[in-house]
Amino acid sequence: MDKFTKVTGVATPLMRQNVDTDLIIRIERLVDNVGREGLGPYCFEQIRFKPDGSENPDCIFNQEPYREAPIILAAENFGCGSSREGAVWALKGFGIKTVIAPYFGDIFNNNCFQNGILPVALPIEEIEQLADEVKASPGNARITVDLENCVVVSPTGRTIAFQIDARRQHAMLNGLDDIAQTKSHQDKIEAWQSTDKTARPWVWL
Amino acid sequence: MGKTLFDKIWDGHVITDLGNGFVLLHIDRLLLHDMSGGKAMKEAIEKGYPPSQPRLIYGTPDHTMSTQPGRTEKTFAPGEPLILSMRETTSAYGIKLFDLGQDGQGIVHVMGPEQGLTLPGTTLVCGDSHTSTHGGMGALAFGIGSSELVHTIATQTMAQRKPKCFRATFEGKLQPGVTAKDMILHLIGDVGTAAGTGYAVEYAGSAVRALPVEARLTLCNLTIEMGARTGMVAPDDTTYEYLDGRDYAPKGAIWDRAVAHWRTLPSDPDAGFDREHTIDMANVAPQITWGTSPEHVIAVDRAIPDPSTGPEEKRAAWAAALQYQGLEPGKPIEGTPVDWVFIGSCTNSRISDLRAAAAIARGRHKADHVTAWVVPGSVRIKREAEAEGLDRVFLDAGFEWREPGCSMCLASNGERVPPGKRSVSTSNRNFVGRQGPGARTHLASPAMAAAAAIKGAIADVRKI
Repeated sequence: MDKFTKVTGVATPLMRQNVDTDLIIRIERLVDNVGREGLGPYCFEQIRFKPDGSENPDCIFNQEPYREAPIILAAENFGCGSSREGAVWALKGFGIKTVIAPYFGDIFNNNCFQNGILPVALPIEEIEQLADEVKASPGNARITVDLENCVVVSPTGRTIAFQIDARRQHAMLNGLDDIAQTKSHQDKIEAWQSTDKTARPWVWL
Repeated sequence: MGKTLFDKIWDGHVITDLGNGFVLLHIDRLLLHDMSGGKAMKEAIEKGYPPSQPRLIYGTPDHTMSTQPGRTEKTFAPGEPLILSMRETTSAYGIKLFDLGQDGQGIVHVMGPEQGLTLPGTTLVCGDSHTSTHGGMGALAFGIGSSELVHTIATQTMAQRKPKCFRATFEGKLQPGVTAKDMILHLIGDVGTAAGTGYAVEYAGSAVRALPVEARLTLCNLTIEMGARTGMVAPDDTTYEYLDGRDYAPKGAIWDRAVAHWRTLPSDPDAGFDREHTIDMANVAPQITWGTSPEHVIAVDRAIPDPSTGPEEKRAAWAAALQYQGLEPGKPIEGTPVDWVFIGSCTNSRISDLRAAAAIARGRHKADHVTAWVVPGSVRIKREAEAEGLDRVFLDAGFEWREPGCSMCLASNGERVPPGKRSVSTSNRNFVGRQGPGARTHLASPAMAAAAAIKGAIADVRKI
């Protein structure tokens, strides 16, 4: 998995509830052979572009200073819906490093950690305040997300702590390979399977 | 305190404690489909991690091929490489693939229970969020992403943190025209799309006990639409009767041992749940969604909600949904003209679903302006339906009768509802653009969808 330590940058106050993974990336982009690195241009295409393919100027992602923002501020349930990891690949290709929301779709949350994108859960009131600070000083406001210390630093310098599983924090800070970690338990896996074949033979076809 | 069904299956699959609340969980069944299966297999092999237990892995293509009669993998050209890659990588490791044109091919969440591969008390994963469907058999089943898929191919395990437990209890008798689809849509409307985030859901109560297995699969299918990755129904005699004799189900003395084990799985009477919600089925009418989230749902005889009277934090989302859907608040939803009807998907494409839709279509004809599709969930269901003459019922009513696949549920095979057109669909998501860019989706049961095709408008199935 890719490492994540700290990011400082502009944050896009999307502030939308229930952003589903279909909205982040359309399924046909995952059928087209563009590869996971090629999905950035299609990220949020349904809101970034009009049906005729031209940019939608009303979409916040098309407005300065948010075009290059590495952080998204969202409302509840970001990344709900489909399990498609392409949603995370698309965000990554679009330059997003971290998403701050009250909570995330469970599968999307797991997929983020596999790709070095940090989902940060904060209470909605905190996120609304961050969005207000960003909007109060467009162009200058910067937010820092620091995984080592588990804090978000607001544009006005307020420090907000967030919580994260220690196991995931460690894996992300060090860019650990999940499969290699699991393979280190191979003897236990084989012992479990050997016992299970006797206990539940119907599982083992 | 006693254990829940979920606790029993979870605890029985812990290989080792990884610390910090994580355990390494054994995975008894891994199901592959064409959208991610071939790619994940290739990635695992290239990383030097070929499948560790190929006999616990099964696959079938469903997402990326046409459902047009007479289709092959070439009919929808963009999907062909995905299907070929799945074929090539599974065959290299002796993984059973229910391939196009073969008996057993179908939507992956239809295939598992139909073949008897999905068993009570097992852990099952698949790279698809509707994997929760298999929980209708009493399995602990959940959707995973591509990286987790590669991990499972390589190790037949997953590192997981135990979720909390949510019990949704449905009591009483289903009212006329009400199905499992209406039960789960009603629940999502009650608790919202995020109520299950971080939870495993168990569906319980007299109304659930009375459901046949296929309806339990529908109930569990939409669990992810309330935010939970897994939903389950305790196995019982209904489950065993369904499973007995299926191709991959245990046989003879091992069957008897398996059933004895499965009978120990239901939640203990004194088991504790972290959250409970109860629904009295006496108050549930046929449901239909009006907006762009499955929680945007009402009884079909109700008016389209007015955002200004809704909960404050939801007003903006409701208004945006109504604008996208082209609907006026305060008007009855019944009578809203419909252009497309889709009967299919891992939610509602089983034989009982097709029978329910055919019962409405029989002897009637769809409205002229409606395009209506019926996409059976598997090759076996299609044959069974044809043996019963259901294909003729649909064709005579002006519906199209197609080949098995996911089709217009998510439009990954080019089969789309055109922009601005309104669809009544038996699938599971009414998200913006889900059935095609600009498509407007209303989720409902198969009978409600068939009724909409006949009337040319959203209709109350109880009045047909």
